[in-house]
Amino acid sequence: MSAHRIIAFAGLAAALVLPLALQAADQSFYVGFASRVLIWAIAASSLNLVLGYGGMISFGHAAFVGTGAYVSGILIAEGVTSAWIGWPVAMLASAVLALAIGAASLRTRGVYFIMITLAFAQMMYYLVNSMKAYGGDEGMNLPARAVLGFGFDPGNEVTFYYVVLAALFAVLYATHRLVHARFGRVIVAIRENESRAEAIGFPVYRYKLVCFVLAGAAGGLAGALLASHGKYVNPSVLHWTQSGTLMIMVILGGVGRLWGGALGAGVLLVLEHLIAEHPIPWLLTLAPDYPQHANLGVGLVMLAIVLYAPQGVAGLFSRKTGKEHG
Amino acid sequence: MAELLEIHSLAKRFGGVVATDDVSLEVRAGEVHALIGPNGAGKTTLVAQLSGSLAPDAGTIAFEGRDITRLAQHERVKAGLARSFQLTSIFGRLSVLENLALAVQARSGSSLSFWRPVAAEHALTDAATDVAGEIGLAERAQVPAGELAHGEQRALEMGLALATRPRLLLLDEPMAGMGPEESQRIVALIERVRTGVAVLLIEHDMDAVFRLADRISVLVNGRVIATGAPGEIRANEEVRKAYLGDEALST
Amino acid sequence: MSWTLILEQALNGLQFGLMLFLLAAGLTLVFGIMDMINLAHGSLYMLGAFLAATLVQATGSFTLGVLLAIPATALIGMLLEIAVLRTLYARDHLSQVLATFALILILNEVVRIVWGSDMALSTPAVLSGPVELLPGMPYPSYRLLIIAVGLAAAGLLYLLVAKTRIGMLVRAGASNREMALAMGVDIRRLFTLVFGAGAALCAIAGALLGPLFAVQVGMGESILILAFVVIVIGGIGSIRGALVGAVLVGVVDTIGRAFLPHFFGLFLPPQFASAAGPAIASVLVYLLMAVVLFVKPQGLFPARG
Repeated sequence: MSAHRIIAFAGLAAALVLPLALQAADQSFYVGFASRVLIWAIAASSLNLVLGYGGMISFGHAAFVGTGAYVSGILIAEGVTSAWIGWPVAMLASAVLALAIGAASLRTRGVYFIMITLAFAQMMYYLVNSMKAYGGDEGMNLPARAVLGFGFDPGNEVTFYYVVLAALFAVLYATHRLVHARFGRVIVAIRENESRAEAIGFPVYRYKLVCFVLAGAAGGLAGALLASHGKYVNPSVLHWTQSGTLMIMVILGGVGRLWGGALGAGVLLVLEHLIAEHPIPWLLTLAPDYPQHANLGVGLVMLAIVLYAPQGVAGLFSRKTGKEHG
Repeated sequence: MAELLEIHSLAKRFGGVVATDDVSLEVRAGEVHALIGPNGAGKTTLVAQLSGSLAPDAGTIAFEGRDITRLAQHERVKAGLARSFQLTSIFGRLSVLENLALAVQARSGSSLSFWRPVAAEHALTDAATDVAGEIGLAERAQVPAGELAHGEQRALEMGLALATRPRLLLLDEPMAGMGPEESQRIVALIERVRTGVAVLLIEHDMDAVFRLADRISVLVNGRVIATGAPGEIRANEEVRKAYLGDEALST
Repeated sequence: MSWTLILEQALNGLQFGLMLFLLAAGLTLVFGIMDMINLAHGSLYMLGAFLAATLVQATGSFTLGVLLAIPATALIGMLLEIAVLRTLYARDHLSQVLATFALILILNEVVRIVWGSDMALSTPAVLSGPVELLPGMPYPSYRLLIIAVGLAAAGLLYLLVAKTRIGMLVRAGASNREMALAMGVDIRRLFTLVFGAGAALCAIAGALLGPLFAVQVGMGESILILAFVVIVIGGIGSIRGALVGAVLVGVVDTIGRAFLPHFFGLFLPPQFASAAGPAIASVLVYLLMAVVLFVKPQGLFPARG
């Protein structure tokens, strides 16, 4: 417990001084990269809520991230530049979408549920692809980031980094509270034994739907931040393979662990970056093209984790998961 | 006068197969009512219909005078009807106390509470501790349910239903897969809890049934062919022919 | 809008639907019998297309190339089943999702390394022209070939599943795996075979659609989701459901894209119709799926009772 706390505070301290350290080391470019990592950390953490705590194998999470990105992007493009309006509206839109998709898909189980979340998410992908007014398949450039007011300049990379960091911590703290509150107990109970949860009197469907909607809203926040971060939105954020990548982040970082999503996003994105941008010389002489095939490595590592973890991926983290909500 | 539970002409078919056909049955407040019958008589289907996991094709179920035929499972639990499972169904990775606290939580207000730590709700833990004592697992309260012995798990299985404070306890073969000593423990447990709650006991163990039941109903081919006190059932010719072996009746 | 145009689009829809069926048929059996989700099915479609393109180039004959690509893809599919997928049957769905998603990443890169990002595969010269189907209605002969092959494959599959002993075992497995095991079926070998057959069907679809779409890395990823929609509509484990679902999806998608913008233009202002038409058309099959789910949650032809 106290070890957890110490690690958490150390992580927080490191995250707080990171942009200053990067500036001191004349590596300001990496402040933007760090913001991107944190945004995906929010997205992966929101997936972890449904997947890790709720046990729902939702394979359409990118749709909520993408919807948040598009809604906040469209608002900026249409002249509604305030983040205080744009981001909550983006979260609300993702929540409404999650409500609709969840209401339809949570009535089903197993393979069905996976396929249906996938299909509805892909529907959103095609929908934004067909929106010619907002860039269609080419995506849409935004004139500027959402405006924060109070003297903050969102265009400043360091300022934006701290905004994203605050959002990540808000999401993680809310998750922490939620998991240890009544609601969290119920969704974990449903994950552990759904029919028993129903039999002791919990309206299982309703709780799963609420969990799904909350995660969708948090995903929408990540999307809104993403749109401002790159001043650009494009349909590929919603493609179903992006949902797969989010899932990989959660698995890498730890299913059903508070820090799992953030950790996994960090590991995956940093590794991808290292492989693509900082090739190892001796490896280059062996395989000159290897930086372009980073996904081969990601795939092989994932496959190895799944095949050689003794009780499957879920089992790999089960002991720690038990502690987390114990 | 209204009985605690009134089942009227309940029917369910799967394709062409009749699972329950015109089942009528009453459970009175305060009684242990046993339901016996050969395999395939429709007991499992009846339990599913009563608990609400399966919708009947026809017939009605009334609980305390209120029609609950169309209520969802969780609404029936709220109404005071709780079930145990034939195959142990517990939260294996949670401790005994956490298991029971969940069931207590289910009956005590909304769980759409996202901020306040549940650990601060001492009422939940206290009530769960009481139930743990009731089912004889007070010493084992902190053990993960999955690590309990089989007999202890069966007790917890019943405890989860009890913790919802039902007025009718639906026990689906609580002695299933138990040795004589473990069965004794469950019989004693039912003897203990029956003072506060009516029990509909589905069971194959005839010793237990005849020891515990105030009344017995016999289900054969989806119909109740007889209901009565243990002595009457023992003496019933039709029951003898349809189901009970002579040796079971001579004990 | 003329009737010949509608007929032409309906034929296009049928053609696309039949190819979707080839993808969905193998997939639905895997889902139904093994209760296993396989995301890498689309990768076999991609592999089939790349192999066909290579072999057509190498042999100089479209027919020969495609015919060789089919067993080659089937072989790869069976090897994949033996090496990886087989160990996943008993695992939880999350493991299956992750492992097969990992396979997509791996196979995409392998294809990129071996062949590059895309390959050329064009219609055979003999079939490049149209035929006059009805007076005043020319139709591309290559698309007719696809329809013919699709129908033949569907018919063959039907005979195989409905009339042969192997098919009987597969059906038994799809509706009740325990029963199939109890019947003493060597389910492992049966399943490797089913998987090989599924891969072969993928190769047919990939090779035939290659000239119409593009043979490129990632080509299997979009069509895989459509195959899922087909299975959800048809009902998991049902070949008949897959056929009906596939044709439905193919026709609805094609007709919707072709006519919905025009249809909206009949009663909506033009600028609105030109925006809403394509948008609705692109999500039409998913709305269809939602409706089916609402009315029949188990799909149109549930394999399990």
